Amino acid sequence: MTVHPKPPHPTSAHPTSDRPASDRPASRPAQGPGTIPLFEVAGLSRSYPLPHAGWRAGGRPGGRRARRQAVRDVTLTLPAGSSLGIVGESGSGKSTLVRLLLGLDRPDSGTIRYRGRPVRASHRSRDLRWLRRDVQVVLQDPVASLDPRLTVGAIVAEPLECLRIDEDHGARVEEVLAAVGLPADARDRFPHAFSGGQRQRIAIARALAPRPRVLVGDEPVSALDMSVRAQILDLLGELTAAHRLGLILVSHDLGVVARLCDQAAVMRAGEIVERGPTAALLTHPTHPYTRALLDAVPRLPIG
Amino acid sequence: MSAGAGAGRGAGGIVRGVLRTRSGRLGAALSGLIVLAALVSLVWTPYDPTQVDPADSWAPPFGRHPLGADRLGRDLCSQLLAGARITLAVAVGTTALAAVIGLALALSAVLPPPPVARGVVHLVDVLVAFPLLLIALVLAAVFPGRTWTTVVALGLGLGVQVGRVTRGELRRVLATDYVLAARAAGAGTGRIVRRHLLPNVAPTLWVQLSLTAGVAVVAEAALSYLGLGPPPPAPSWGRSLHDLQPYLTLRPLVLLWPGLAIVLTVLGFNLLGDGLREAADPHLRPAPHTAVDGAP
Ligand SMILES: Nc1ncnc2c1ncn2[C@@H]1O[C@H](COP(=O)(O)OP(=O)(O)O)[C@@H](O)[C@H]1O
Ligand SMILES: [Mg+2]
Repeated sequence: MTVHPKPPHPTSAHPTSDRPASDRPASRPAQGPGTIPLFEVAGLSRSYPLPHAGWRAGGRPGGRRARRQAVRDVTLTLPAGSSLGIVGESGSGKSTLVRLLLGLDRPDSGTIRYRGRPVRASHRSRDLRWLRRDVQVVLQDPVASLDPRLTVGAIVAEPLECLRIDEDHGARVEEVLAAVGLPADARDRFPHAFSGGQRQRIAIARALAPRPRVLVGDEPVSALDMSVRAQILDLLGELTAAHRLGLILVSHDLGVVARLCDQAAVMRAGEIVERGPTAALLTHPTHPYTRALLDAVPRLPIG
Repeated sequence: MSAGAGAGRGAGGIVRGVLRTRSGRLGAALSGLIVLAALVSLVWTPYDPTQVDPADSWAPPFGRHPLGADRLGRDLCSQLLAGARITLAVAVGTTALAAVIGLALALSAVLPPPPVARGVVHLVDVLVAFPLLLIALVLAAVFPGRTWTTVVALGLGLGVQVGRVTRGELRRVLATDYVLAARAAGAGTGRIVRRHLLPNVAPTLWVQLSLTAGVAVVAEAALSYLGLGPPPPAPSWGRSLHDLQPYLTLRPLVLLWPGLAIVLTVLGFNLLGDGLREAADPHLRPAPHTAVDGAP
């Protein structure tokens, strides 16, 4: 949109950092003055037509069809330097929420702000370049999320090229591949030559490449074998600590969130039913649904 | 991992990939033979393919005429070589046109906002309902006796079908996580089409196009057989079949040559398509999945 003039140096300039504090939602948790939360989400809702209609039946003009409320009136905040876990069973709307946060889908209502600036999904990729330079994602299925026709090097370089990152792309690719523990010769191979855990390392390398401030993980270990889950979680923990990354970690497993996140929100049927510091949620869950989730945990030791 | 080279960019990589597969080698050999015949016919044929010589009527093969002569004494081998030119022109022209039309339709059925895309989808549905040969017949009747009429008619008809299949593939690829990941990485529509959609629909597209080329060869023969193909002096294979057909019981052997030429060409194109598909699809390549498993 032409409303927002692009700053000449998007990496250095962070727009609206001088926004008056009074503009912000009152529900924001107390913080040091001058620190803008990374994400502020208010009243976010998204529904999809039901049943999942094919291209033929999709919304006739005037025709009304039942809709499923995938995300319902979600409000949450990711303070700077913090990590937020989003827990909920399959189908509770976690992935939808992630797509909305990333500006990959348009909400029916509600607002998303990243460091004070409104996130609006757009067909033009450059409209959200400022957000993508800062916020990168690791998806759930490491087989599906890597293009089988591209080499690992091309996959990891994609955000560097798309976001016009002003850096030697080849060197950066090598650097992040090493950072996630992959051999240097991985860049010339194709994804199908790698195991699930290694593929997820490739996806993490891609997310890290443009030096984001926030990493979003949509169930990044759910599709992995038990034996590699801990390794990938440790890697995520190390990387977020080393680069001081904000983290939004989605999982259906409270144990995973407990391991990496200081804040947690529990999602059920599109709504956030409980949220707070992870420790408090674990020791004094108030919502029965949280308690049910807790009972399902002891698979991963909380450390 | 030498297998990786097959998916490498550039024509060289693709050609090497195709020649690595058995169907690709056979298809390339057969198709190459047709191309060679067409090229040779440009500079040399044993006789002028249209030259009538009553003395040579029904001349036997392997004599003065390598494959014999027809009733008017025209050399069958020369006709066959020159016919390859028409066959190839029609096949290549039709396939190229069908590829352009098919891709354009398929992309405009998935990329634009819903009202436009839905309109295209309906248009394709309507067009598919038109029988291909009918379109060709109408066009051939309106603009008789030109090679391009055949090419345009077949290209339109087959392009719509290519478009329909390709649209399904595009929709599948568009819904994948790697396209979502690409968007999250900042890729715009153009880049997603070039980098992710086209390469990933390529295997299906190659098969589609090779089938298209085969159908075009047969359809051209059929049109010529009906007298609606390229004009009479041009000795297309369908035309030869048409001219020789009355003598089917008397001289079955003379019909064998154009018939065999058509069959082998179609087979060649289809095998080549299989080879291209295998070469384009990394999963079908003999890549050992276990190669680097086990490490971290
Ligand atoms: N693109 C979509 N079209 C239609 N329905 C969808 C779409 N995405 C999600 N949904 C529906 O929204 C609900 C929430 O899905 P999702 O966000 O994927 O949940 P989760 O990630 O927690 O498993 C599900 O019922 C799902 O069927
Ligand atoms: Mg999900």
